Amino acid sequence: MKVIFSRPESLSTTPTHYCPGCTHGIIHRLVAEVIDELGLRERTVGIAPVGCSVLAFNYFNFDFQQAAHGRAPAVATGIKRARPDLIVFTYQGDGDLASIGMSEVIHAANRGEKFTVVFINNAIYGMTGGQMAPTTMPGQVTTTSPRGRDVNDVGYPIRMCELIASLRTPAFVERVAVHNPKQVLNARRALKQAFSYQKDNVCFTFVEFLSTCPTNWGLAPIQATQWLEENMLPYYPVKNFKMPEKAGEKKDAD
Amino acid sequence: MKGNEAIAESAIRAGGLCYFGYPITPQSEIAEYLAHRMPEVGGVFLQIESEVAVANCLYGAAGAGARAWTSSSSPGISLMMEGVSYIAASELPCVIVNIVRCGPGLGGILPSQGDYFQAVKGGGHGDYRCLVLAPSSVQEAVDLMPLAFDRADRYRNPVMVIGDGMIGQMMEPVEFKEQEFPPLPSKDWATTGCKGRMPNVINSLYLDPVIEEKLNFKLSAKYEEMKKNEVRFEEYRTERELDCLLVAYGTTARVCKTAIQRLDEGGIRAGLLRPITLFPFPEEKVYELAQRSGLVISVEMSTGQMLEDVRLAVGKTKPVYFYGRAGGMVPSPEEVQGAVKSHLGGNK
Repeated sequence: MKVIFSRPESLSTTPTHYCPGCTHGIIHRLVAEVIDELGLRERTVGIAPVGCSVLAFNYFNFDFQQAAHGRAPAVATGIKRARPDLIVFTYQGDGDLASIGMSEVIHAANRGEKFTVVFINNAIYGMTGGQMAPTTMPGQVTTTSPRGRDVNDVGYPIRMCELIASLRTPAFVERVAVHNPKQVLNARRALKQAFSYQKDNVCFTFVEFLSTCPTNWGLAPIQATQWLEENMLPYYPVKNFKMPEKAGEKKDAD
Repeated sequence: MKGNEAIAESAIRAGGLCYFGYPITPQSEIAEYLAHRMPEVGGVFLQIESEVAVANCLYGAAGAGARAWTSSSSPGISLMMEGVSYIAASELPCVIVNIVRCGPGLGGILPSQGDYFQAVKGGGHGDYRCLVLAPSSVQEAVDLMPLAFDRADRYRNPVMVIGDGMIGQMMEPVEFKEQEFPPLPSKDWATTGCKGRMPNVINSLYLDPVIEEKLNFKLSAKYEEMKKNEVRFEEYRTERELDCLLVAYGTTARVCKTAIQRLDEGGIRAGLLRPITLFPFPEEKVYELAQRSGLVISVEMSTGQMLEDVRLAVGKTKPVYFYGRAGGMVPSPEEVQGAVKSHLGGNK
């Protein structure tokens, strides 16, 4: 008998605390599969953020550090500079990365730190109970934007991939989604590319996952998927924004 | 050598090969020295975007088993406090050099001892302590750096080396002496890849109050161990009955020594207790010496911070007074002599 589906070795057996319909579980699994496939588990260190995935260290089966809110890219920098032989990734939500941790992620990207960022964008603060995030859509109702996000008051949502891709240094920047099987397969491909580049010592790799939060959006899981398609996809296009420069290739005038 | 450069060289010789920093006066020479020296010794030097990031780099690097350290000055140290709290909670070793400048706020760039509370009473949020070493000369700063790294590793706790702007900027002859320490336990807790073992996790989140309280008491027991084993101080002219005991650290202690010599000439017997560790504070020694003295004066470059620990140590047994200058002003020996005389009043 041939085993065609099993738990990746990089996932632990601990049941997650994630809500029904949340896409963290899918993304955890993709990360674990890719790390297994590339044979990296025994030299990987993950960094957990503050937010819903704060307990990620319980769900992966390799070394982990838990970081202060937004600081995961600085923690990852410390690890990777001290131990360049390790494979390091941060796993961060939108409040963690795009709000309180903006400085850390932008500068890590601009230095070309040789780690991978797995960025989960669900347009809301999940763990604290559904407050407005920097990525919350215009008009989107949250507990701190009860009349909908007013762009005249708090501006438009931040597009992280576009922002990071505007920097010269980062090697690989891509936005993916996981709301249907086709998108999941595409996301897996992008994630594997990012970790492969890191394995080859290529600098900063960044993968943004559009994610759903049925609980805090106040929608059933299937409706949440539709909401993501109708509202997030047009504003946050799923595509590659940056590939590594080939040897000898010169972009821009220096 | 200039104090800042001597501190940097001593750290390298002590195996402090992983440095993260952000420029701030009056300690930028440390980073400048390391920028050229670290590549020569195969170490890590990184100037990063903020002190907030620095502290979290220390967390990451120390968590991966490196001897990680940084240096900064007061406003920069404030920014690091978030990370230092996480480092202490996660029981990670690191060394933080604070070349203190005057404050609060942006303050100024001149010497001060106004960060005493921040250094010895925690500084960041939650229930933790740093081991705090306070050199009073460039040579002593050089000598204390290897001890700082050793104790950080031994206790798995941040160690702060606190000098004032004078220590950092002053030039004095120094000798780098080999120091021997007992072997350290292996860092089998570090996140170095889980090959051949179960995964390691560096973490400070404990949602179960029973477990979090256990951590609090475990940390507290560690600080009690420090109080037992790490108290360091210097005594000067305390071998006799005293009219006045001065308690001072760092540059201020050197000023006090000159004042004591001159008071001697006028027939006033003053002595000095100089804490080398600010945490743990040499409270028993302060009490003991106070019993042989008419009164006690805490002399500081602040408006009275160590004073509180001196009072705790002496209790109601003797009068405790304060003399201090602040804002970057360094007290002169004459001022200290004047303070001693005025508190002795008609008695001398």
